[in-house]
Amino acid sequence: MAYLKKSPWIIHYDASSCNGCDIEILACLTPMYDVERFGIINTGNPKHADIFVVTGSVNEQNKYVIKNIYDQMPDPKVVVAIGICATSGGVFRECYNVSGGIDMVIPVDVYVPGCAARPESIIDGIVAALGILEEKRSAMVTGAPQEHPAPVAAAEKPAGGA
Amino acid sequence: MISLAGAVVFILLAPVIGGLIAGIDRKITAHMQGRVGPSILQPFYDVGKLFEKEDAVVNETQRFYVLSYFIFAIFTGALFFAGGNLLLVIFALTLAEVFLVLGAYAANSPYSHIGAERELIQIMAYEPMFLLAAVGMYVVTKSFNVSDIAGFPGLIFILLPGVFLGFIYVLTIKLRKSPFDISTSHHAHQEIVKGVMTEFSGPALGFIEVTHWYEVVFLLGFVYLFFAASPVLGIIAIIIVYLLELAIDNTNARVKWQLAVKSSWVVAIILGALNIAALYFIGRV
Repeated sequence: MAYLKKSPWIIHYDASSCNGCDIEILACLTPMYDVERFGIINTGNPKHADIFVVTGSVNEQNKYVIKNIYDQMPDPKVVVAIGICATSGGVFRECYNVSGGIDMVIPVDVYVPGCAARPESIIDGIVAALGILEEKRSAMVTGAPQEHPAPVAAAEKPAGGA
Repeated sequence: MISLAGAVVFILLAPVIGGLIAGIDRKITAHMQGRVGPSILQPFYDVGKLFEKEDAVVNETQRFYVLSYFIFAIFTGALFFAGGNLLLVIFALTLAEVFLVLGAYAANSPYSHIGAERELIQIMAYEPMFLLAAVGMYVVTKSFNVSDIAGFPGLIFILLPGVFLGFIYVLTIKLRKSPFDISTSHHAHQEIVKGVMTEFSGPALGFIEVTHWYEVVFLLGFVYLFFAASPVLGIIAIIIVYLLELAIDNTNARVKWQLAVKSSWVVAIILGALNIAALYFIGRV
């Protein structure tokens, strides 16, 4: 049974984000978007989470934190990079203290570009992550070698968005 | 008399009923907050998901503790619905809780330890009132056996209104609702991550969820016991009590543990002990 798709719990980590994307993620939990109606819960505990949602770019200090949170999550798990900083480093890419996007440290499955990413495209990205989560689950069950599915980029402005 | 049928029905049906109650709980909570909320079957999806996850434990002994928690919580409810001794039921419930606390202590994590300590504090807070509820029922029916209490011809609630109110007060603790969700909470993840449940993941967490459903059904059965003479009134009481708990959950902030213990004991002494003392003196006249 595909329960993973119906109950994705997320953990949200703010790498060195400006807080713009973080506010948009929290906006997804408000009555306006109410992602809990899809069973999505913001857990705050890597051991309970299925989807790792990261905002902001990687720097020398937080790369260990990102790696640590990722390692603590039980399989199957997916990583969603929210916002252009998490995707590639964005305008901070050339900074002396910035390594780049989240994929410098851990494998990223879904990229959600935008500055700040809109709640619609964040939800779009999470939905794309659900498909990858199921793929990883079936790979886990069959014991097939874990090949990382090709990363997906969520639309910056999904159709029907406000 | 112990009825095995009651125990079997509880073991088979309680997870279904408990899961549905949890689903309805989340739906009503969402509506209270102006949201649509998840499907009523969401708790079943969640537990199904948890059993699909990797079975990762911090410490191998955690498996034993979780299993013991599961078994003793089922034993508690099964003994209750079989009509067994109410005191033994309460002691078995405490034992089950202690296994959960030990499981949380088995992992060397500060959040888990804080959660375990707070769980012990919660046990300390609700236990006196639970025992007074059992004593109150003994004073009224002259028996600790659930079957005798359920078969008592009069409405126990009329003689034990204080004990009933006190029981409702500590029920908030047992249902893990605000303002007494100090050891673990659905909303407290900034404060203590997930408290006593922090270090459980995957199937172990799934077992803990199902155990909580068993507990909820047992606790609502306890509420029913106050109205056992009139089944319709009992069902209505369960519904009203649960809706009241939801309203309290959604309108209250979490309190400090000191207030949780003090207020529970004050309530137990004032409502519970005075009620039983009054019954005792009235009975003597």
